[in-house]
Amino acid sequence: MSGHSPEEIKKHVKTYIMVFGALIFLTIVTVGISYIHLPVEQAVLLALTVATIKASLVSLFFMHLSNEKKIIYGTLGLTGIFFVFLMSITLYL
Amino acid sequence: MSALIPYIDEPHPVTGVTNGKFGTWLFLASEVMLFGALFSTYIILRTGSTSWPHGYEVLNIPMGTVNTVILITSSVTMVLAWASLKMNQFGKFKLFLGTTILLSCVFLVIKYFEYAAKFQHEHYPWSSTYFAIYFTMTGLHGIHIIGGIVVNGYLWGPGSKMWKANPEQFAGRVECAGLYWHFVDLVWIFLFPVLYLL
Repeated sequence: MSGHSPEEIKKHVKTYIMVFGALIFLTIVTVGISYIHLPVEQAVLLALTVATIKASLVSLFFMHLSNEKKIIYGTLGLTGIFFVFLMSITLYL
Repeated sequence: MSALIPYIDEPHPVTGVTNGKFGTWLFLASEVMLFGALFSTYIILRTGSTSWPHGYEVLNIPMGTVNTVILITSSVTMVLAWASLKMNQFGKFKLFLGTTILLSCVFLVIKYFEYAAKFQHEHYPWSSTYFAIYFTMTGLHGIHIIGGIVVNGYLWGPGSKMWKANPEQFAGRVECAGLYWHFVDLVWIFLFPVLYLL
């Protein structure tokens, strides 16, 4: 991540606190949805959507992926391809 | 720069990041595949089974929710520990990293009570396909929590001496430990709805 001066870090800290609030809110949302007992397909779709949003927040801000070097994106992109392949195998079994 | 291992406190000219950070990301890439294998196993077992319990029927949702909040909070204190080092506030670093370690231990204690309740009801890894995958996934995740406690404990205690000798390298170590810790949090973010809520 670029911007490591104390002033810039102070700005980041504000972002971290906001992301924290969003993560707690989304946790309450996902637990709340589960109490409605929706049909399985809708429940899976909603739960995975919320989880993906939460995971994006963690990786973009806490893991600094919003501003990272090319080599890291390349590594993760390649991993992503393998991961999608692995998951798609389950569709054919 | 250290004479023994190059590019541990300054970016490598080719990658643009320190070797430690690049290595940590490569390790996390392998972790994605490790947990990916288990998640795909879960999908195959669930779609292939004739009956599957709803997580909320057999697991304790309030306990799982509290543990989710605890892990998210520990992730925030982890990144705040790193930010404190970057702002030259060593005292705050100790406080935040100490909080992260404490919260990790609380997570394990709650997990212990959850496991104990399952065993009391005679739900063991060999009881059903559901509990087999439940104990495998949460168990492997729990081992990752223990690993995080060991690394963070070292950086909080004896490892923190490096702050005086080489603050840049020390902040880098805390950043890498943080990347790992956020990943452990990230896995739980998916485990929680998949096992407890669906």
